[in-house]
Amino acid sequence: MSRLVGCDVGGTFTDLIMLDDDAGTVRVAKVPTTVENQAFGFMAALAGAEVDLATLDLIIHGTTTTTNALLERKIARCGLITTAGFRDVLELGRRTRPNPYGMTGTFTPLIGRLDRLEVPERLDAAGEVLTPLDEDAVRDAARQLAEAGCESLVIHFLHAYVNPAHELRAAEIAAEVWPNPFITTGHAILAQFREYERGVAAAVNGAIRPVLDRYVRRLRNELSEGGYARDLLVMQGNGGSVSSAIVAETAINTVMSGPASGVIAAAYTGANSGYPDVITYDMGGTSSDVGLIRGGIPSTSAELQLEYGMPIHVPMVDVHSIGAGGGSIAFINDAGLLQVGPRSAGATPGPICYGRGGTEPTITDANLVLGRLNPDRLLAVDNPVSLDDVRARMVEAVGQHLGLDAEAAAAAIVHVGNNRMAGAMRMVSLARGHDPRDFALFAFGGAGPLHAVALARELAIPRVLVPARPGITNAIGCVVADLRHDYVRTLNKPLAEVDMSEVAEALRAQIAEGRAMLEREGAEIERVELIHDAGMQFQGQSHMLTVAIPQVEITREALQEAFERVYYDRFALRLPEIKAVLVSLHTAVIGRRKRVGLDSLMEADRRAATVADAQFGARQVWYDDGTQTTPIFSREALPLGATFTGPAIVEQLDSTTVIDPDCTVTVDDVGNMIITVPQRSAR
Amino acid sequence: MSEIDPVTLVVIQNGLQQVCNEMDLAFQRSAFSPVIAEAMDRSDGIYDRRDGALIAQGELGLPIFVGTMQYSTRTVIERARNVVPGDVYIVNDPYLGGTHLMDVRMAKPFYYEGELFCWLSNTGHWRDTGGAVPGGFSANATEVEQEGLRLPPVKLFKAGVLDEEIRDIILSNIRVAGETIGDIKAQAAALDVGERRLTELLDRYGKDVVEQAIGELRGRAAQQMRAKIAELPDGTYESVAWVDSDGVVDEPLKIALTLKKDGGDLYFDFTGSSAPCKGPMNSVIATTHSAVYLAIKHIFPEVPINAGTYEPLHIADCHGTFLHAEYPRPVSGCAAEVSQRIAEAVFAAMAQAVPEKLFAAPAGTSGNLALGGVDDRTGKPFVMYLFTGGGYGGNADTDGLTNGCSTIGISTMQPIEILEQRYPVLFEDFSLREGSGGAGEQRGGFGVNYRIRIRDAWGRASFVMDHGRYGPQGVLGGADGAPNRVVIHQGGVAYHPPHLSKDQDIAVGPGDVMEVATPGGGGYGMAAERAPEAVASDVRRGYYTVDEARDLWQVALTPENHVDPDATARLRGTGAAAE
Repeated sequence: MSRLVGCDVGGTFTDLIMLDDDAGTVRVAKVPTTVENQAFGFMAALAGAEVDLATLDLIIHGTTTTTNALLERKIARCGLITTAGFRDVLELGRRTRPNPYGMTGTFTPLIGRLDRLEVPERLDAAGEVLTPLDEDAVRDAARQLAEAGCESLVIHFLHAYVNPAHELRAAEIAAEVWPNPFITTGHAILAQFREYERGVAAAVNGAIRPVLDRYVRRLRNELSEGGYARDLLVMQGNGGSVSSAIVAETAINTVMSGPASGVIAAAYTGANSGYPDVITYDMGGTSSDVGLIRGGIPSTSAELQLEYGMPIHVPMVDVHSIGAGGGSIAFINDAGLLQVGPRSAGATPGPICYGRGGTEPTITDANLVLGRLNPDRLLAVDNPVSLDDVRARMVEAVGQHLGLDAEAAAAAIVHVGNNRMAGAMRMVSLARGHDPRDFALFAFGGAGPLHAVALARELAIPRVLVPARPGITNAIGCVVADLRHDYVRTLNKPLAEVDMSEVAEALRAQIAEGRAMLEREGAEIERVELIHDAGMQFQGQSHMLTVAIPQVEITREALQEAFERVYYDRFALRLPEIKAVLVSLHTAVIGRRKRVGLDSLMEADRRAATVADAQFGARQVWYDDGTQTTPIFSREALPLGATFTGPAIVEQLDSTTVIDPDCTVTVDDVGNMIITVPQRSAR
Repeated sequence: MSEIDPVTLVVIQNGLQQVCNEMDLAFQRSAFSPVIAEAMDRSDGIYDRRDGALIAQGELGLPIFVGTMQYSTRTVIERARNVVPGDVYIVNDPYLGGTHLMDVRMAKPFYYEGELFCWLSNTGHWRDTGGAVPGGFSANATEVEQEGLRLPPVKLFKAGVLDEEIRDIILSNIRVAGETIGDIKAQAAALDVGERRLTELLDRYGKDVVEQAIGELRGRAAQQMRAKIAELPDGTYESVAWVDSDGVVDEPLKIALTLKKDGGDLYFDFTGSSAPCKGPMNSVIATTHSAVYLAIKHIFPEVPINAGTYEPLHIADCHGTFLHAEYPRPVSGCAAEVSQRIAEAVFAAMAQAVPEKLFAAPAGTSGNLALGGVDDRTGKPFVMYLFTGGGYGGNADTDGLTNGCSTIGISTMQPIEILEQRYPVLFEDFSLREGSGGAGEQRGGFGVNYRIRIRDAWGRASFVMDHGRYGPQGVLGGADGAPNRVVIHQGGVAYHPPHLSKDQDIAVGPGDVMEVATPGGGGYGMAAERAPEAVASDVRRGYYTVDEARDLWQVALTPENHVDPDATARLRGTGAAAE
């Protein structure tokens, strides 16, 4: 394979990268995202990079179509057929409120009450039939929903995760009268207990399936009209890709795929550069995304939530969003204390310096005042705002209340902002059982590298890795992603009572399902890899730990021992008194694509001979220990293998890296910057 | 000492908070009690070494604990003798700054450079602490001894070593002892996490600076709370809330509140409330105070919690009422139920002062149902607990939320599929309770209907709920939400519990059905002010009937359930058609 395109559509920009293996060249494009139909932006990016579609071998695409459709509720009208007595499960939820404090909030179910119909049928928890399926009732219900104007149908029965017979039969009957293929059964999306979570997963899939189907069709048409004749792969939240021919069937798997792409790129880049254990940090305007990678493998979760009341319990790369970004607003509260966020100026009005009407100082404004961001590149052109204007607002809103001048106020904002972000990042890693000190920090996005050194210092992380092209990391994630299908099945039995041959059988069934899927896709892969693990807990617990299963045939003793080891590593507790429970089995079937070389990400012809030659300016920049005259380097010009020490600012098209005075930087052989951050000594 | 710089002050505030959050997390992730692990019924904090005053508390903790642990920590400090590093006290005595017996606290002295710096404490809801009923929620106990094992502050760990004799006393007096030992270890381990993190914070900023920051932050929190209160109009506001009964004597219990707002301070006076009661609906003083604090926190969620936050909140002595229970009054209903009525009294009084920030009363009951018995399929005993939600009150901007959790909690309900797997029960119905939201300009949210059929088992059902006699109050002319309702069908005969929302040990067997309808939230504002289109939409969804639209909202509908503008105008007496 020689010519590959990765295209990631983000909230603001559509990023595209084309790698030509044979020629050793790379082309990139960054164009505004076209919100109504992301395909326009996609095509514009292809044009921007001057890609000849007819000569391409593969396109891998990350889209926010489904995530946006859900968040903005621009979804297909869905009908539900469910067990008699339970049509309100999707509206009642699990007895919650949006916030611990405050007795208000709203919730709108994905499927309206009028479109939720019940049919007689009932299984018990063992999968035994208590009430047989009323087939006529299913037919009538399907007909009624179709006539009412529902485009998509969801079938969700209690305990279908143990015995899917009723759901399968109901789907068969409904297919006779349903005018399109958009029929989703709960067990097929998520074979796990918990009727609300499984029902929401099915409803989410039903609601976005027609939306994704339309989008992918249009895009494929556009591409083929442009002369493209090969596969189009689409990114999923599990960090793998799937053929566009079948992606809509399990549309839920594409939700939150954007952040997953970034983590996949980080895992790939980190592992290649000798950093298999990294925490990823992508700072955006209103929030920042944090992910964890161990041994080159991103941690996954099946317990993510898109918004209040919308759990997405299919396996996904575990990316945690923390409520602080460049647009986080600084203010003085009633206690006279400086606060940074969680309120954000977002993109509109945005930071003061954007000149779009923002009047409250943000983290971005503070970075500008401190010289960490380049004033020539940031200050708005259309509606000019001067640096002095920003400084004046900084004093007015923050400085005068604390007796600080503009610089000191900006320094305080950055300091407090970093402190809060670091705290949130610690919680993210601790909640997953890891100490951040054992990781390197992989900083990407436009603003990630701006704060990375400071965050690493707060978290006692010794090393920061800034990839060659931090601004298009998600698009790179698309290019390197393998094909991947995940399957989870609930067992929920004490390990001592589990028939271990049943475990092997279940895992084999999952493998067969995944292989069949890869076959259907027909995309080019080098080999198939399998990951198996078990969700386990001690009897009576609610939280599960993930225990790796090295091969399909595993003995009870080996699994027990592996679980105890994982539990001890996590909680430093041994509980021989209590029984272990095997809750679920998970298999990832991964179709490994040919490895993609990333050494051409930095164009050789822009490289300078020495570090000194890469410097193009200098300015006054603030650090913890005071302001220093700081050399400004061009990222593209830094020679491979170069080493230099801070203070330094490294600028590139869409990202700025701040390197503190006591840090050392090495540029590795593919252009990543490895920054060594000395540990702070205790006072 | 020089003044602490503003950045360091905020960073230390965040740091103290972080220590507590990490304790919360550690406790929750390793706990066995589903009430702790899934319902997050636990809390962790840092307390002043002299008087136990709250320094910082985890943000992930259960709301009811916002104020209580400083009372129990103070008791531990007063009674502690020969304290050394590694000691951990355990206490659950309700009268010594507690809630109900199931909330078990641990407190550990924290030493820095060889000197006592502060105390770390946490509380977790154990699934059982002995007593007459599994789980501890007795509906008709008359003395605390019937409610379970009561522990004064005793050293469970001595210089880091678990005292196995005390452990054995505890485990010999409670149910599910096997899993509780896991909770004991998890609870103590969470304090260790706090110890390590606090040490790091002190290493970094220095003991004196942190000490100074703690004092400063306390003053700042008081200042912030006063600033919020000062925005309210001065005045005196009165409200009343009712508890159905105490479970023993079938008479309502009255909570009378006179709230005076003066400058930056609020004065709460519960004079006129009912006398201490015979059954378990007494509240201990720590819980009464905590209920007031949590109500205020619900109204001003942005104010951080430390002892300073409470300084402007003055609660008059309420000896002689059931809101200040003394030994041996039974108290098992105080944390789960009475506290929510106290909060509602505060909401109702505050709604008169700042209607735009308030809401009508929420369902306000934990909806606690316990079923204990023997599963014929396995021959093994079982105890099933169920906590259900109800509708929240309407507010100035929106209708009330449907099926919200209790006011004092943040816990979720167990999935039906898990309950049916673990226990010999079958849910016949779990549905939105139509018509239960109180009418108003913004209506209340809806409660839940559920019916549980017993399969192959014999057992006893108990429940402690509330709002069975009076539904959650509406405000500003809004109607009350529908009251809670329980019916037990035994051998085909319907049993209506005399105390409506509380009963104990009702014998049930195969085929019997427990049927519950949980309360809807109160309505906000006059129903006649509600947009007719919103009423029509509610009717189309089946939330209300056509008759209810006409009688409650004065909205007339066409046969297709759209607004009939002329008829509606006539009903509402507004003359010309509005829509």
